[in-house]
This record gives sequence, structure tokens and C-alpha cells, in this order.
Amino acid sequence: MLIFEQGREGRWARAQGPQQREELTDLPEQFRRRERAALPEVSELQVVRHYTRLSQTNFAIDTNFYPLGSCTMKYNPRACNSLAMQPAFLGRHPYAPDQFGQGVLRCLWELQEILADVTGMSEVSLAPMAGAQGEFSGVAMIRAYHQARGDHERTEIIVPDAAHGTNPATAVMCGFNVREIPTGPEGNVDMDSLKEALGPQTAGIMLTNPSTAGVFERHIREIADMVHEAGGLLYYDGANLNAILGKARPGDMGFDVIHMNLHKTFSTPHGGGGPGAGAIGVGERLKEHRPIPCVGRQGDQFRWLAEADIPKSIGRLSAFGGNVGVLLRAYVYARMLGRNGMRRVAEHATLNANYMMRRLHEAGFQVAYPDRRASHEFIVSLKHEAKNYGCGAGDFAKRLLDYGVHAPTAYFPLLVPEAFLIEPTETETRAEVDGFIEAMIAIREEAKTDPEFVQGAPYTLPVRRLDDVKAARELDLRWDQSAA
Amino acid sequence: MSNIPAELKYTSSHEWIRAEEEGTVTVGITDHAQESLGDLVFVDPPAEGDSLDVGTACAVVESVKAASDIYAPISGEVVEVNERLEDEPELVNNDPYGDGWIMKVRLGADADLSGLHDADSYSDVLAEAD
Repeated sequence: MLIFEQGREGRWARAQGPQQREELTDLPEQFRRRERAALPEVSELQVVRHYTRLSQTNFAIDTNFYPLGSCTMKYNPRACNSLAMQPAFLGRHPYAPDQFGQGVLRCLWELQEILADVTGMSEVSLAPMAGAQGEFSGVAMIRAYHQARGDHERTEIIVPDAAHGTNPATAVMCGFNVREIPTGPEGNVDMDSLKEALGPQTAGIMLTNPSTAGVFERHIREIADMVHEAGGLLYYDGANLNAILGKARPGDMGFDVIHMNLHKTFSTPHGGGGPGAGAIGVGERLKEHRPIPCVGRQGDQFRWLAEADIPKSIGRLSAFGGNVGVLLRAYVYARMLGRNGMRRVAEHATLNANYMMRRLHEAGFQVAYPDRRASHEFIVSLKHEAKNYGCGAGDFAKRLLDYGVHAPTAYFPLLVPEAFLIEPTETETRAEVDGFIEAMIAIREEAKTDPEFVQGAPYTLPVRRLDDVKAARELDLRWDQSAA
Repeated sequence: MSNIPAELKYTSSHEWIRAEEEGTVTVGITDHAQESLGDLVFVDPPAEGDSLDVGTACAVVESVKAASDIYAPISGEVVEVNERLEDEPELVNNDPYGDGWIMKVRLGADADLSGLHDADSYSDVLAEAD
């Protein structure tokens, strides 16, 4: 039931309202509301119950194992939240002069340094407000680079089919044509296709390494040399940075620009609309184009850098300082881990993934690249289960919910049929990942003996199986007051 | 086993082509394609009058699992699109070779049907991929 539907006219939470009525004098008449806003009219207790109930029906990392591949749903330590919410951080006004905000500016500057160091890039800008904006600014810089050199014929961005799903969309949004190249049987970029695709029209290539095939791109140095030779640049999608954190650096692999999903790798709020932060790192070729605002340091003083400091910047991506509150959480996380801790993140994330992959393989599940070591995630194909028992990835996904596990990413990447992309992350115990493996085996037994039962799952959640086809065909996203 | 009518031509990317009168063809996606995609929720056809180059993406079908390009099986000009699909994308699932057709194309001068699969060789394509 929506909160609007619980209200009654004239009811309100008096204790939460203003204590006295104030006349509005400083807002010009023409900007004032003529009618009352359509707000729910409910008591304080109704609000508390409504949102508590909603939170209880949530299937979340705070309640359940959440092995969502390509999206690193790991636990965000509470300390990141509480330290970033100290009163001095929260109380800082964005218009306050830099000299009164040296503490927060120093944190942001150090975060820039830490991220540049762990990725091997020359400079980092924290300006992008989300991963998508980070991607956009990265490709916009590639565009700016070619234009600044008068190189106007470069119209194409190469995207392997194992790249992250947003990459082609970003390239198109930045005005490029997308050229897709296939993945070879081992999960690497097909080198012959790359060779054929490269030319004077190549602006760059977008890669995720490890790719969404869940394996490390073995030819990355060779790819970087070939792309640079052709005059193009390399973009690194940071979706899978968790796998190599502290172990290998995109800058050393030859990448010119990288975006980092701080919500995936650096413990900032995930899902539900963020707020996000999609920091970008740049190499020497692109650093003069990096977006603002950034933080600069002169001696022991820190200040915001603006247009005058980086005149060839692709521009200002946010008013004030980006999502500072989110960036502070990432800063606390990075400082708590330190260099060695970051390395352990990658080691445990990949150990968990390889352990799970091996055990599922031994239990008779088909893994997509059995001869390759997994990165932090791996792909199981439920093709045989779909064919033999009529229970595919979607059915296993729904039934897993009954076993207390959020479904892995299903039907992605597209190049593997009936795919499950599974990413356990470093924050799960062995008992938890064993529970997932046992659930998969149990569900397969159920599918053998009673496929209809699996096809009807879930049974134990607040809602049963939703009609996702109807939901997509008849979108209904607005609450209609007149219908209430 | 998916349905592969003997009288149609096919592509490896799972489009079917039916020769009609006066140099036009009807194009749709195969039973195997609709089955792999699952329930369609949206079909984005080309515009009437669009000219098609063989092998290039010309339409999109979207299911709850995935969005997938449809590739022009021949070159030519789009003369008609199936407007019913706008409100009833499920026609592609229910009747892929009939009411679920996607577009009609007037063959271009260089259009070549001889490179397309017949029913036998398309069923080999499916068997190989399995």
C-alpha cells in the first residue's frame, strides 16, 4: 500500500512540523504555489511503520548474500558511513571559502592521489557524479584529445562484445559510431578482428579488464600497442576493478583513461539512485582535458581548481565539489584498507570466485571458461538445465531467493546462453558461499523431479513471481490521485 | 525442436525471408530466435522508405532478457512495417512466420538471395550452435 493511500485529510505529524507559522516574504508572488502540494497526510507513527515495513521487504546486502556479477555488491563497512558523517563534514557550506575547508579538501586531494596510485594514472578527477557520467566524461576526453590535434576523421570506438553493457551507449552519446568485435573461445578479445577493425577512423577502444566474461584479458599489452599505433586511445571501464585492486594497474597496461565506480569498489552507497560518484583517472595524454572541479595543492594549502587552472578541461561536471559526502566514504574506506588491504580485497574476491567456480564445475554445472582461472566473477551456463528440465537461469534465479540468496546477474553477458554471472566478493565467509553452492545443487534436483515447482518460485517472499512481461509491456509508474 | 518452414530462406543471424510477388520479400525472426529471446516486450522496426544494406542492424527486438538487433538479410527499401507489433509484440512469439512478420522490403538492384540458407542448411546452423 502506498503511503498516500494510508492518509486522511487534515492528519499530520505535528511534532515534525514547524513550531510556528511563518509568513513567506522573500519569495516573489509569481513563484509561489497556488495549490497545496499533494503530500501524504499521515501521522508520525504511520510513516515509521510504512518505511520500516518497506525496509523489511527489501532483499539487500545487509540481510542476504548478493552475488550480483558485474556489479560488486560487497559489504560497505559502517565506519565509512559514520566517519564521513562527522558534524564538521556535514556542516561545511559549499560557499564557505577554501581556507575554512582545508580538512575536507585535503581528504579529497588525498583520495585523488590514492586512486591515481592504485590505478597507475597521472591524475584523478572526482567530479563525475555517477559511473555513467564518469564514462561519458572519459569518452568526451578522448574526443577532445583528437579534436585538439586537428584529427577530425576519428569517428569510431571499438567495443568488444565482452565489454560492459554501458560502453556502446556511452560511445554513441559522445557522437561516435560503435564497432563491435567478437570474443575468442578463451574469453579474450579476438586479435584478428581487432587488427581488421583498427584504422585511421579509430578514436579508441573501450575495454573492461577483467571482462564481463570473468577472465583477465591476456593480450592487453599487445592490444594497447596496436591501438596506440593506429592513433587511438584506450578506455578502461572500472566495473571490475575489484578483481585487480592493488595487484595490477590499468595505467601499466597502457590505458589512457579509466572510470571507477566508487560504489562497486570503494564502499559508497549502491543502488536506489545513489548518490553516486564515478571518479575518472587519466594518463599523460588526457590530463589537460580532465573535468573540473578537482582539488589542487600548493605547499600545505588545498584549493578547488577551476577553468583557469585546467583551460582545456572538457568542462565543469558539477556545481560545487561533486558528491563530496560520497567521496568521503570512499576516502575512509581507502584509508582503512591501506595499500596492503586493497591487495587483500582483490585476493579474497578472486579466491572466493575461483573456489565457487571449481565446486560448481565439480558438481556438474557447465562453466563458460573451464580452462581459465576466474577473476572476481565467473559464468555458469544453465543451458542443459533449461533444455533437459525446462528450468533455465530465470527459474534458478527465482528459486535461489527462497534459499535466502539474491540471484546472480542472469542472462548477461549475452554471449553465453542461460548465463549466470556470479560474483561472491571478498566480504563473504566460506559458509556463505558453500550455502550458495548447495542451494544450486538442491535446485537442480528439484528441477529434475518437479520442474513445475521450480518454475513457480519464489514461494517465501512478500511477493510471488512477478509478471515481468506484463510490467514491461504495460508500464505503470505513476500514482494517480484521482484513481485512489 | 523449433519450427523451420521449408519454403522460406534464412540467415545465420536467425532472420527469415519469404519471396513475395514483384521483387519484394517479407522478413521476420525465426521460431528459434523468438524462443531464445523469450517474451518480447518491444519491437522497434525501421521506417518505411528506409534503405537497407545487407548485414547491417535495421531493427531491434527487446524481451525481458535482452535487446537484440535484427540484421538486414538483403539490401533494398522498406516498403511496409508491421504496425500491429507496436501494441502486440507478442505476435512475434505466437506466430513468428505469420502475424509476427516485421517488415516488407523491395529488393535493391544488387540484392542477392542465393547466399541465404534454405531450411535444411539453417537447421544445420542451429544444430551446430547447440
